[in-house]
Amino acid sequence: MKLTNYSFDAVIVGAGGSGMYASLQLAHSGLKVAVLSKVYPTRSHTVSAQGGIAAALGNVHEDDWRWHMFDTVKGSDYLGDQDSIEYMCKNAPTAMYELEHMGMPFSRLENGKIYQRAFGGQTLNYGQGVAQRTCAVADRTGHALLHTLFQNNIKAKTHFFNEWYAIDLVKNAAGDVAGVIAICIATGEMAFFNSKVTILATGGAGRIFETSTNALINTGDGLGMALRAGMPLQDIEMWQFHPTGLPGMGILITEAVRGEGGYLINKDGERFMERYAPHAKDLASRDVVSRSIALELRAGKGFNPGGMDYVKLKLDHLGADVINSRLPGIRELAITFAHSDPLVVPIPVTPTCHYMMGGIPTNMHGQVITLGEQDKDRIVEGLYAIGECACVSVHGANRLGSNSLLDLVVFGRAAGLHAEKAIKSGLPLHPIRESDIEHALTRVERWNTNKNGEDIKTIHDEMQKVMQSDFGVFRIEESMIEGLKKLKALRERLKDARLKDTSQIFNTARIQALELDNLMEVACATAMAALTRKESRGAHSREDYPKRDDLNWLKHLVVFSDLSVNYRPVNMRPDSVDPLKPMERVY
Amino acid sequence: MRFSIYRYNPETDAKPYMKDYEVDVPHDSDMMVLQALMLIKDQDETLSFRASCREGVCGSDGMNINGLNRLACLTPVSSLKAPITIRPLVNMTVIRDLVVDFTLFFQQYEKVQPYLQNHAEPPATERLQSPEERAALDGLYECILCACCTSFCPSSWWNPEKFIGPAGLLWAARFLADTRDTATEERLANLQDPFSVYRCRTIMNCTVVCPKNLNPAAAIAGIRHKMVEKGS
Repeated sequence: MKLTNYSFDAVIVGAGGSGMYASLQLAHSGLKVAVLSKVYPTRSHTVSAQGGIAAALGNVHEDDWRWHMFDTVKGSDYLGDQDSIEYMCKNAPTAMYELEHMGMPFSRLENGKIYQRAFGGQTLNYGQGVAQRTCAVADRTGHALLHTLFQNNIKAKTHFFNEWYAIDLVKNAAGDVAGVIAICIATGEMAFFNSKVTILATGGAGRIFETSTNALINTGDGLGMALRAGMPLQDIEMWQFHPTGLPGMGILITEAVRGEGGYLINKDGERFMERYAPHAKDLASRDVVSRSIALELRAGKGFNPGGMDYVKLKLDHLGADVINSRLPGIRELAITFAHSDPLVVPIPVTPTCHYMMGGIPTNMHGQVITLGEQDKDRIVEGLYAIGECACVSVHGANRLGSNSLLDLVVFGRAAGLHAEKAIKSGLPLHPIRESDIEHALTRVERWNTNKNGEDIKTIHDEMQKVMQSDFGVFRIEESMIEGLKKLKALRERLKDARLKDTSQIFNTARIQALELDNLMEVACATAMAALTRKESRGAHSREDYPKRDDLNWLKHLVVFSDLSVNYRPVNMRPDSVDPLKPMERVY
Repeated sequence: MRFSIYRYNPETDAKPYMKDYEVDVPHDSDMMVLQALMLIKDQDETLSFRASCREGVCGSDGMNINGLNRLACLTPVSSLKAPITIRPLVNMTVIRDLVVDFTLFFQQYEKVQPYLQNHAEPPATERLQSPEERAALDGLYECILCACCTSFCPSSWWNPEKFIGPAGLLWAARFLADTRDTATEERLANLQDPFSVYRCRTIMNCTVVCPKNLNPAAAIAGIRHKMVEKGS
């Protein structure tokens, strides 16, 4: 197979919020940087984020990054690394001002400052009341963020390789990462991008589930690449189910609806969150609200118990002015996809897979960590991971709404800063041998030549069904054992699957096959991790182990491609404040 | 229901052709065209098209459906007359099937310098902007760069390289409208020639097809107004 060679100081895989923040950081360094994206940058999934970005700016009331940190640690059910959370919350205001200076069209308060709204789990003074901390661009914050970053990358003349799909990392005998192998979707051209630094910014993998708020492109490509290169995933059992997705399609209805004063009702018209979270009510954190909805549905309090069941989200009482100015996108989506105008009727909603808290373990500079001798942390030379594909870990077992966009910008920036320093201090192009790139080529070649197996569609759909039924909001040992068994069988079957379309020109079937390889890796790792963690923490809710067990399970769980499992300690050593000790988590 | 779809793979086809597919669409279904295309791909995996967010914010799946440019993910099958004819975006180079080349479209976008320009030292916190000043950006900043408008604009057909086209000009208007941007004069000077803006003949196709209900035609009129005010 013919292979083009490119050489760069840094290669970033993924052009969402984190990837484009990192590229911007690097663009001004004078280094040679390339961004590979399997879609045009403005198609990246960051574009779908709605509600906002958390930062303790204090524009509406007195605020403090330490309160934000407390909320984030508590929201994570104490599984988040406190040094990373401290770094994120402390740097959040600077990041917001940078975005504003770049031209991000934030909504505004009467005094001209950035508008901030309430969001779940964000409180004042260590849990004393609801905070308005979430900076917003109406309900199109992700769109505004992604376009602003793209525009500033145009200004900075970033070198984009659009519609190039990364296949695998290239790792040399020493274990250093020397770049990636990628394929140009339009032409089928394959290339080796040799780089001093490779930054994975490939986003989430929500498409392992049948119903998800995630875009079709969220297939865990970076995660599959890391696993195949022998690196682990961390806390991958932690999947967030957003309380308010439209039933069936899984279209997201932002938490900002509840932040602006909307609330959930069951079929009796009861505002049931008052029973489950007497203080925070509908603004309890997402795992709590999703479980509450699931319990309502289980008790027969849904609107459609025979079929795709749901509760409703009421917001008509907010009035046309608030809805049209603060939530215009939601109104559009509800009318288009649920045929209900929220000015008049409540929107049907149900818990829907939304976000992956786990991912490729990194330190707070974004450097990827694997386990080395005696299971001690070892930094992988030349490799970074940022954004949803990384587990830095600021979200622990449950992410707070509006902390994900913040994660993207803060750690995109941090990785850019660190990579620049590393390159300028003399990081070399890591040498490779022919054999180091063979496995990537073999993987593509297999898809080009397999002739007799089954279609990928069947395997894809079965995988999603297993994940949906056995690894959803509530989990229990028996069905997870069955689920894992089925996934392992599917993974075997996938090895023999075949493509009918072997064209070199914009072959989307081939890309979907390569994506399915990654989804399957993530699904299996999720199943193994979920089965292993015998406690309930954050989004991981086990009916057979309903309590959090700090004595045995206050630790990160890492899982490798061969499904072997290991552990890492949670960081409880913030730099400038006292550690936050685990407490009972009530809202 | 019958779908008639434009097919062309330059590797194997001497020229483009239309191919018919049957999709089972239940009577009261709220299926969108994108879902129908995915069902067709299950029948025939060689059909290539782009799609991502499937909710009308990423701009991937613009295509010509029953004669109008629209997003497949926002177009209900029930709103269309059968047979449903799907072709690539009009007047753009076809790479394969429904996938078109966006190179020129993005070049036109880049021409308007679509980023905030302000050479003053930024303050330590945010620049201030009143809610009214910020409201001037509504109806402009929401563009998703799907190219439905530019591809449907006769002025762009006639002068694809010299006329910037409705999408690019909508973005030009977005930065001209931003009180934080100080490059108004340079921006207007940059557009000052017989083609970039003035080739708009107010045919309004752009506004008719915009899937986000934006009004590029009004934005272009606004730019012209500013140019006239400047006496240029």
